Amino acid sequence: MSDDLLALAAATDTALATATDLRAWDAIRVGVLGKSGSLTEKLKALGALPPDQRRERGAAINRAKDAITAAIETRKAALESAALDAKLSGERIDVTLPPLLAPPGLIHPISRTMEEMAAIFGAMGISIAEGPDIEDDWRNFGALNIPAHHSAREDMDTFYLPGLNGDARRRVMRTHTSPVQVRTMLSQEPPIRVIVPGRTYRADHDATHSPMFHQVEGLVIDRGITLGHLKGCLIDFLREFFGISSLPVRFRSSYFPFTEPSMEVDIGWNRRTGELGGGGDWLEILGSGMVHPKVLANCGIDPREWQGFAFGMGIERVTMLKHGIPDLRPFYESDIRWLRHYGFSALAPVALHERV
Amino acid sequence: MKFSLSWLKTHLDTTASLDEITDTLTKVGLELEGVEDRAATLAPFVIAHVVEAVQHPNADRLRACKVDTGTGIVSVVCGAPNARTGMKAVFAAPGAFIPGTGITLKIGEIRGVQSAGMLLSAREMGLGTDHDGIMDLPADAPVGAGYAEWAGLGDPIIDIAVTPNRGDALSVRGVARDLAAAGLGTLRPFAPAKIAGSFPSPISWKIDGTDACRWVLGRTIANVKNGPSPQWLQDRLVSIGLRPINTLVDITNFFTIDLGRPLHVFDAGKVTGGVLTFRPGAGESFRALNGKDYSVRPEDCAIADFAGVQSLAGVIGGEATGCDENTSTVFVECALFDPVRVALSGRHHGLTSDARQRFERGIDPALLPDAIEAATQMILDLCGGEASELTAAGAEPAWQRNATLRFARVRDFGGLDVAPDDAVDSLVRLGFAVVSRDAASVTVAVPPWRNDIAADTALEPSPDLAPEIAAKAAAGRAEIEPECDLIEEVLRLRGLDAVPAVSLPVNFVVPPMTLTPRQTRRAIARRTLAARGMAECVTFSFMAQDKAALFAATPESARLLNPIASDLDQMRPTGIATLALAAARNAARGYPDLALFEIGPAFPDEGAQIQVAAGLRCGRSPRHWSQAQAPAGAMDAKADLWAVLAGLGVPMDALTVTADAPSFYHPGQSGTVRQGPKNILATFGTLHPRLAAAIDLAGPVAAFEINLDAIQEPKKRKKATPDLPSLQPLTRDFAFLVDATIAADAVLRAARGAERTLIAGVSLFDRYEGDKVPDGKVSLGIEVVLQPHDRTLTEAEIDAASGKIVAAVAKATGAVLR
Repeated sequence: MSDDLLALAAATDTALATATDLRAWDAIRVGVLGKSGSLTEKLKALGALPPDQRRERGAAINRAKDAITAAIETRKAALESAALDAKLSGERIDVTLPPLLAPPGLIHPISRTMEEMAAIFGAMGISIAEGPDIEDDWRNFGALNIPAHHSAREDMDTFYLPGLNGDARRRVMRTHTSPVQVRTMLSQEPPIRVIVPGRTYRADHDATHSPMFHQVEGLVIDRGITLGHLKGCLIDFLREFFGISSLPVRFRSSYFPFTEPSMEVDIGWNRRTGELGGGGDWLEILGSGMVHPKVLANCGIDPREWQGFAFGMGIERVTMLKHGIPDLRPFYESDIRWLRHYGFSALAPVALHERV
Repeated sequence: MKFSLSWLKTHLDTTASLDEITDTLTKVGLELEGVEDRAATLAPFVIAHVVEAVQHPNADRLRACKVDTGTGIVSVVCGAPNARTGMKAVFAAPGAFIPGTGITLKIGEIRGVQSAGMLLSAREMGLGTDHDGIMDLPADAPVGAGYAEWAGLGDPIIDIAVTPNRGDALSVRGVARDLAAAGLGTLRPFAPAKIAGSFPSPISWKIDGTDACRWVLGRTIANVKNGPSPQWLQDRLVSIGLRPINTLVDITNFFTIDLGRPLHVFDAGKVTGGVLTFRPGAGESFRALNGKDYSVRPEDCAIADFAGVQSLAGVIGGEATGCDENTSTVFVECALFDPVRVALSGRHHGLTSDARQRFERGIDPALLPDAIEAATQMILDLCGGEASELTAAGAEPAWQRNATLRFARVRDFGGLDVAPDDAVDSLVRLGFAVVSRDAASVTVAVPPWRNDIAADTALEPSPDLAPEIAAKAAAGRAEIEPECDLIEEVLRLRGLDAVPAVSLPVNFVVPPMTLTPRQTRRAIARRTLAARGMAECVTFSFMAQDKAALFAATPESARLLNPIASDLDQMRPTGIATLALAAARNAARGYPDLALFEIGPAFPDEGAQIQVAAGLRCGRSPRHWSQAQAPAGAMDAKADLWAVLAGLGVPMDALTVTADAPSFYHPGQSGTVRQGPKNILATFGTLHPRLAAAIDLAGPVAAFEINLDAIQEPKKRKKATPDLPSLQPLTRDFAFLVDATIAADAVLRAARGAERTLIAGVSLFDRYEGDKVPDGKVSLGIEVVLQPHDRTLTEAEIDAASGKIVAAVAKATGAVLR
């Protein structure tokens, strides 16, 4: 490369280095490579050279042009990058600012427990049945072998409503979800596998009783269902629900009008710490039994052919135990602070494969 | 029911430990409520001698004592006024737990005098309420000996819960029988000797016009001496919480507990006329032994002499003929009453008694002769006198029943394999007698005290059953129920823990559907609303009638006859009502900005129940640096509602919204959502400010309620293939000037319908009313999306479409392009 070209390349480099923005850079580019740029002028002067020199000189100029063009483009990229950096540095935000969050919605613990029950019992082929909160006294009592003089029918336990025209049966707020047993047996041929979670009502109001509460009823009727199946079904449920595979479960002989034999079910816990699973104490958790032959017969099912079991469990009670909720009354208070504390996310629905 | 261990052992010959006994009780269905082992709680307390008790030098009301505890002399400061030199008292050393005060003793110094222990009152030891001073023991009490042992308080008290079917277990003997049957020893024989009366009873029985008394025995015992009963009898009654009264009364109470056989004693000298008659009440009044007056109704069974009603049969005796220390001739009643009649009488009069408790569960109908002989003997032993011959009325009812057990059923119903011999042995131990037996089954006679076994009580079949089905089921019940009773007996003696647990058999790999579509709707609504930031509540289905009336009509048919509180008497007409009250409570706690919802029942009409999803937003959106706060409004409620309906698969285009919502909403800011002309799916809007004020709910409140039962199941149709044109859609904006009374929806619908094949969407992006448009007019800015299908649209085609849109909107609403 001849001296003048080297000098031009050097001068261009120097000029580029001093260009601090794209405008200055463009002036340099035009000054060298533009129509009347210094390099362009040299190209124009080629024609005046003798042919033998022209080729050599032309090749030299083209090499110089490539080098200078590369230098110019490199500088352009550098300047653009610097300009973007400068622009971005002016767009800085405070990343510690609190974002605008969608307020978290909540599922009530009672609903959560009902969904967990549906999932666990559902895996045993048990579906959900339901019935109205206002029942007649036959479905709530008589059909279930609770005769008219039984103390459970007393006003002190049962809420009554005025009768409707032309109906001799008394209307009651159902005191348990068991009337749905009766509805199910009358509307469906065995085999039957249902649970009935729902609202129930008793005239009792203190620290551990609410005039409205929730119960889940279970009813399994088939040929050859034994008390052993009752135990298996409830043990399977309780261990899964509480997530304790070794949860001790005890069955005690008891009495309910609608089952025979009847039994109360206890789980092992530590009375002092409230911890479930061990500790040597027993906590009564639900009532159960083989469906009484009278209940089957009242619903038109021949107890010689069909037999099965039923159980009833307080939903608040197992919810309190599972989550360590100490007090019953806030369940119905709708205190937003309590709901936020104990509520569940809508986006984590109950799923057995994710563990209930 | 309470009894002491030593009392139990009068009927049960056993070497079993207290723990074995209590564990077995729970196992066989006599659930242990508690054991009061007073020997254990009283163990630290010893008998001490107060060597010296002098005035405390620095305190007027205290005494400084020197006490010999048997192991040394200690200084004790005592506040009891009866502390005196030379007395015998009960001493607790430092470290002892004092049950009456709940305190563990420490060495202390009281006003400069050391106190290394405590002298105890009965109350401090947890033995009654007497707190007049410290226990003053007899002079011969041995210093250093354990107090409990010396006082005979070492007998543990067992408390069990007896289920309503087990009247027989409301007796010490019944409990002993169960324990013996479960293998804890043998039941001692009970066969009281017959006492030959030396004279006819001057008082006799008569049953007149009532079936409440089936059978009654009686006997007069003359020349008795009544007074405080002997110590052993008093101790026995006191140990289970009964107050000793006098020997004759104490004897009746003893047999109530011992045999489960209530008795009554009349002072024969106070009975007028020589005949006691069981008859229906006729409204007369009598004063009962509890000192209160009761009026006997025709439904009650009274016991009357010639002077009038003296007793309410099976429930409570009368004061006028009661026995006291002056009684010299006593007439003993041993009767059998109808359980239901006793229960209803007791309940009506609000009277509970040990007698009622046993009669209403049913007592042993065959026990009357033995019981009256045993009672007579005890009266003769403790009070002296001469017994008359027995007098009776009515007759022993036929209680004999058989029950059959097929041995295989213990396994096939009860889930436990029990050898036939073992099953029969259990029944025999419980008092069943084998009538016949073969390889497959046994038939036993039911003992008279087990009225719960093979009881032929009435069915209450559904009236809707076909007669042949009802008859077949009833026959099945008659056959199966006695067998179930026997299986229960065989199982409970072994404990239900002996039955192996078997998981429910399943014949599927993937379980069938658990939820019905109706239940799934609830679940979707719940998740949708929670995902929109609302908190789910569970509020009561009933509320105060006056509050409910603010929302809707409150028919009497939806009002409780016996509410537990006046603010919980009316079934709520809408779920919004209880949510609004919940919001007001939260606001009063300082949380006025809320979004709540509930899925549950509402009772809008006479007797009808629907399931609703109700939601309520009140206050403002959260304060945030990035955006202004917005008050809750009708459109927020509509958005919640829309989200649920869309989530439930409701065809949203088919919905109509009209401004005719219930009156608890703001009349100008509320709407009713229908699918078709009649089917109301939901209502929404701002709450009426008058109502909000009435329940102290300040600030903007918007709410909605969806009748989930009105939502039709989406049709199970496969979706059509989607239309996915390769050409880009293009948009055109239009600003229309319309009367402010025109519904925006009408403009959007007209635009959408103008060119159905081309228009893919219409949306409202601007709404303006103000000084730039004429009064009474509003400007609506809509964006129309045009979707070409097979080729790019020409300007002329676009203009043609635009013209159709403008014309259609103008025609439908009178709008003009702005």
